[in-house]
Amino acid sequence: MAMSGLDIYKLTPKTNCKECGFPTCMAFAMKVAAGGVEISKCSHMSDDAMAKLSESTAPLMKIVTFGKGEAECKLGGETVLFRHEKTFVNRNRFAVLLSDAMSQEQIDAKIANMKNVDYVRIGEEMKAEIAALQYVGNKDAYLALINKVKASGLKVAYMLVCADVSVLKDALELVKDELPIVFGANSNNYQEMVALVKELKLPLGLKAPSLSELYDLVENVQKLDYKELLLDISNASAREAFTNAVQIRRTALKEQDRTFGYPSVVFVNELAKGDKFMEVALASLFTMKYGSLIVMDDMDYTRALPLFGLRQNIYTDPQKPMRVEPEFYPINNPGDNSPVLITVDFALTYFVVSGEVERSKVPAWMGIPDAGGYSVLTAWAAGKFSGSVIAKFIKESGIESKTKCRKLIIPGKVAVLKGDIQDSLPDWEVIIGPDEAMHLPKFLRTMEGIN
Amino acid sequence: MAFKTSVQKYSGSIYNLELGTGENTLALGGQNVFPFYSFDGDTGSGTKIGLEILDVYPENWVKGLKELYGSVVGNTVEWAKYVEEKFAPDFICLRFEGADPNGLNKSFEECATLAKEVANAVKLPLVIAGTQNYEKDLKLFEKVAQELEGKNVLLLSAVEDNYKNVAAAGVTAYKHKVAAESSVDINLAKQLNILINQLEVKNENIVMNVGTAPVGYGFEYVASTIDRIRLAALGQNDKTLQMPIITPVAFDTWDVKESASTEEDSPEWGCQEERGIAMEVSTAASVIAVGSDAVVLRHPRSAETIRALVNNLK
Repeated sequence: MAMSGLDIYKLTPKTNCKECGFPTCMAFAMKVAAGGVEISKCSHMSDDAMAKLSESTAPLMKIVTFGKGEAECKLGGETVLFRHEKTFVNRNRFAVLLSDAMSQEQIDAKIANMKNVDYVRIGEEMKAEIAALQYVGNKDAYLALINKVKASGLKVAYMLVCADVSVLKDALELVKDELPIVFGANSNNYQEMVALVKELKLPLGLKAPSLSELYDLVENVQKLDYKELLLDISNASAREAFTNAVQIRRTALKEQDRTFGYPSVVFVNELAKGDKFMEVALASLFTMKYGSLIVMDDMDYTRALPLFGLRQNIYTDPQKPMRVEPEFYPINNPGDNSPVLITVDFALTYFVVSGEVERSKVPAWMGIPDAGGYSVLTAWAAGKFSGSVIAKFIKESGIESKTKCRKLIIPGKVAVLKGDIQDSLPDWEVIIGPDEAMHLPKFLRTMEGIN
Repeated sequence: MAFKTSVQKYSGSIYNLELGTGENTLALGGQNVFPFYSFDGDTGSGTKIGLEILDVYPENWVKGLKELYGSVVGNTVEWAKYVEEKFAPDFICLRFEGADPNGLNKSFEECATLAKEVANAVKLPLVIAGTQNYEKDLKLFEKVAQELEGKNVLLLSAVEDNYKNVAAAGVTAYKHKVAAESSVDINLAKQLNILINQLEVKNENIVMNVGTAPVGYGFEYVASTIDRIRLAALGQNDKTLQMPIITPVAFDTWDVKESASTEEDSPEWGCQEERGIAMEVSTAASVIAVGSDAVVLRHPRSAETIRALVNNLK
């Protein structure tokens, strides 16, 4: 159970020595309870009190780290059930499943897709970050598969899906430096499994036939003093998987029971049974509701475009709008006679407007000044999207050397800015665009005289 | 210690609402828990799935979909019958794209006549969608409502600028249901519901369309708005937010570049139709996961997938 500020205060020396940087022990205790400072800042705690406190002030859900260098991933550390309460912290990760039962062609095709799907969206790299390597029964083929992925040049974290400890020992020799996940501990093998991963502190995936058996398994593993864990939410049915995902997260955060305070693993590939669109549906569901590591059958653009977009949306700070980098964006390969459009840096506005300009097929330069990340009207009302902001941006951005066209289109909702901008930019013809982005294609095509 | 299921009880519940008539009446709402949280309580009528058809030839729809429908898309009535027989959705959403003043600007009379022909040709409940031009929709809904009196359809949607006419004509005069449309903001949703209540329209006749966005396009606002609406409705027993929610997913997901970009324009992205379905399926699954009671979809393959998802989660 989490401790209140008052509970913590009772354990402090109550001397108000100020060495912790706070004026009183009470103020310090309140801050510790709120998670704002580590209890170790107080050097006068008794060892007993310290042990009691560091346990109860630790986060309810553990952060588990794996993968090396560029491929490093963190999962868990979540503090809320709903994203409006506080940001979801560590975004879910997608893995692609490869196994020793697959043909070389199948494996090659999946690796090729993982290489192909790697792009940047609003400043974030989008790709499948984990190769889940499943042992099905042919040890030589399994070790060859691991070597093949290593040799492929993919920058991924590894997940060894295997319950056979002797196979795992050899597999780990190949990839232990990559800090992989070891998945497949169950009630029969968990002692050997823990012994295998303990030294390297590799995350261990636990699997059990039911939620209550999983709970017992976690308790047993914790008794071996091992806490780098991931919990399989079962693949018996979509209904059971969903129930378990919610129950595991709720038990940790709402019931404050750390036995289930670990990230989850969901094998969407098995639940979808080869149906690509069902895989997209389930992966979306578990992105919304508490899947931490989502295993896919494949990651092509059909799957990637919606899933990475959704994840990027859900794992954002609810108090801060998503923003795009202020600069000029070329749309439809503009040249030195293409017109210039201006809108704000609120990511949603950027996407809607750029999408409509793309749809118009009219080549154009889209200028995004720093407008505080607000929508057009909000930015205008806040004084962040004014005539002088726009004029200054045009002058300083170098756009005047990129295009000879001097048509500047502003959003219809800020038509009142026309005079201001015109005064500052006498060489430009300021044109009032439509109120709604959806009318841009018609507007642009009419302006350019295209049918 | 042994594992104990964590159960959350709420004091509020979502209103029951019925669309259509007779044997084909469709129930929405009725739950007192979050979607698929059957371990907490009653999940109500469950998620309903509708397919979109147009009053005009779907010029801008993806090629494979036009081919799938073949010649029936030339005739809205035949199209509706085909959808009912072949795909058996829970409802049909008839959208009057041809009435758009920026497009064909079809007359109210023409639209109302077509609506009646469609309503007489199918048994499924209808959801009528307008042009998203509130002035045009105001009269359009009034005329269609009059022509469809007794069919108990859902008018999608009344907005702040036209709710008085749409709700008064639709519900009060001709006994239909109305969807109150707000743009992804819990306070705006609540305010519009209260305004419609003030016209003596009861909550049992109101559905909410709280706004939508495709995944990747600000869907976090949609997710958090619906989360908060449901927490207020169930947890705080806020009666002004206890209506079922409908989300016209198809209206947006097919326009974003992931779905709209052709294979010539984005060869590395692969099949356009599959991308469109995946965007629609992902958005629908996500909006259902937070609490939308009904979704309007465009592609039958999307509807089939979402139907299977919902059945698997029951």
